[in-house]
Amino acid sequence: MTASNDSPAMVTADPLAATHPASLWRDTLGGILRQRSAIVGLAILTLLVAMAVFAPLIATHDPTQTLLGFEEGVAKRSAPCIHAFGCPETEPEHYFGTDGNFRDVFSRVVFGTQTSLTVGFTAIGLAILFGTMIGAVAGYAGGWLDNIMMRIMDVLLAFPSLLLAIIIVTALGQGLINALLAIGIVSIPVYARIVRSSVLSTREADYVTAAQALGESTSGILLRRVLPNSMTPLIVQATLGIGGAVLEIAALAFVGVIGNLETPEWGSMIALERNQLFLAPHIILAPGLAITLTVLGFNLLGDGLRDALDPRLNR
Amino acid sequence: MIQFILRRLIVTIPVLFGIVLIVFATSRLIAGDPCRAVLGERATDAVCEPFIKRYGLDKAIVPGLYREDRELQFRPADIPATLLDNQFAAYLGGLARGDLGDSIKFSRPVATLLIERLPATIELTILALALAMLVGIPLGLISGYRRNSAVDVGTMAFANLGVSIPVFVLGLSLAFVFALVLKDTPLSLPPSGRLSSGIAVVPLATTFGLESLDGPLRALLDFFSGFFVLTSLITGQWAALGDALRHLILPAVALGTIPLAIIARITRSSLLEVLGQDYVRTARAKGLRERTVVLRHATRNALLPVVTVIGLQLGALLSGAILTETVFNLAGVGRSVYEAITGRDYVVIQGFTIVIAFIYVGVNLIVDISYTYLDPRVRLR
Repeated sequence: MTASNDSPAMVTADPLAATHPASLWRDTLGGILRQRSAIVGLAILTLLVAMAVFAPLIATHDPTQTLLGFEEGVAKRSAPCIHAFGCPETEPEHYFGTDGNFRDVFSRVVFGTQTSLTVGFTAIGLAILFGTMIGAVAGYAGGWLDNIMMRIMDVLLAFPSLLLAIIIVTALGQGLINALLAIGIVSIPVYARIVRSSVLSTREADYVTAAQALGESTSGILLRRVLPNSMTPLIVQATLGIGGAVLEIAALAFVGVIGNLETPEWGSMIALERNQLFLAPHIILAPGLAITLTVLGFNLLGDGLRDALDPRLNR
Repeated sequence: MIQFILRRLIVTIPVLFGIVLIVFATSRLIAGDPCRAVLGERATDAVCEPFIKRYGLDKAIVPGLYREDRELQFRPADIPATLLDNQFAAYLGGLARGDLGDSIKFSRPVATLLIERLPATIELTILALALAMLVGIPLGLISGYRRNSAVDVGTMAFANLGVSIPVFVLGLSLAFVFALVLKDTPLSLPPSGRLSSGIAVVPLATTFGLESLDGPLRALLDFFSGFFVLTSLITGQWAALGDALRHLILPAVALGTIPLAIIARITRSSLLEVLGQDYVRTARAKGLRERTVVLRHATRNALLPVVTVIGLQLGALLSGAILTETVFNLAGVGRSVYEAITGRDYVVIQGFTIVIAFIYVGVNLIVDISYTYLDPRVRLR
């Protein structure tokens, strides 16, 4: 994927064009808001971020608390009970029922938002950071350094991603942080390739030569002249990538590489109650829907951003 | 053309080497003490010493690099002496002989386990991919041709949902609907296993009266007997064939949905692009029937990017197979990876990872090469 030089987001990054910054930003924003899928995606994600931030207020129970002995009448894997919808007042209220450890499923799903979004943003943030460094250095330096770095990226891409993440976590040891690192490492090559290709396409541009002639340092040229051109594809890919990371962390938790988690996490909630599918499907359905909705939000926003920011694709 | 294929083959070699190196490195350099990692609580010095000897873990890892009491030590002076006598060389040598090590849990060669487990995975993956192509391509073509129609909007909404739902959530949902909700209806489908109890596929060796056969030929026959659909089809075991297919429907739908959605999207956008090109206008201007223009002229070019995507989707399919086989209890490679994770059987995880990555690289190589046949423009570069 190569960056185009004329998309509005990138022009704003160039100080020379900053005479009408407000209108350019407005154009970009307008472009995004004209995309129906972007609006839906943005709405879903706003909801989810709000849920993550205000989780302690939204959740009805402590997500890690076993309610046996704390709440009268609590039952193991009880069906959803909402008093407003006709559930008898004698039963304790649990919007999504309880799980096998007498915990409130609704609260666990709500707090799971925090886990998934944190892991998604951090893992992809790390991947962008390292991917950008690798891609920028490889593209700008060229030669053997470029060759070696890109061959390493090829090797990482040669694995099915979940499998690579699995062997990295088994090597680093179980745990959420290591799973996050694994997802980050697996995602690096995509960003390295994006940045490298846009560096290659702008390295010889006149304004870069001009900056060199003016005596700007290499790192300055890379940061201020070359990298802003990668912003559009990076933003689009990152949006889709966070959705992918949310899927991946759930999958890693589901196959059990993460181990036992104290923090509520959607994939491990499903793994834990997998065998109860026919008896208590709500325990699986609730986190399953949460994962799907989150990933859908990122995918819709990513598609909308691509259509809005990349003029070449406007058909 | 030959030159192109050779060049692609040569570029693949370092990638394969890199795969082996990464898998090897994750096992020897990072995991801490391998004995403790594998045996956990049971790892005492009395147990670990023979363990380390048996697996050659006291040798240099790579030339000059040792592990002493969990610490890595680099002794440059030892490089010449350990140039060939080190763990990595032994591992590579084993690989070249088809030896992937012994499973810690089952004490059996990983390669044997793999041969037993591979047919189920290949069968599932092929069926899922076939489903994705047979449904995804026509859907993509229709929605591209009838842009913004109800079919288009419906397909794209489905495609968005299809790439967002985790394989295991879809699998569990399908199992719930078809095995519980529709239990006593004709639509009921089995939620686990490859065959119903009481039904078995007679192995090829038995059917052909070759039970006394031994050696590699027998192993090959047994390998093909693992493909239940294929074996029951060519030997006419119709009851077993029907049962095997019924067991494959739900897993194949669960696994095939993501590639289906992606193929539909790519086909659609690719057809849209092609339909806007000059040669399509020319075809229309010279009075060809719309059918001919779309199906003969546009579709052919529109399907080119789809070929690439199918190759890339194999990675997603192989990742998804781990999840699908776990959900549906299918005795395939993916299910083994899951079991190996739970049993901390690192040798199995690594052996299977190498083989799956090699398969993935190989298929993409074939896709790349076939692409040059399909699209002469690539060859000119």
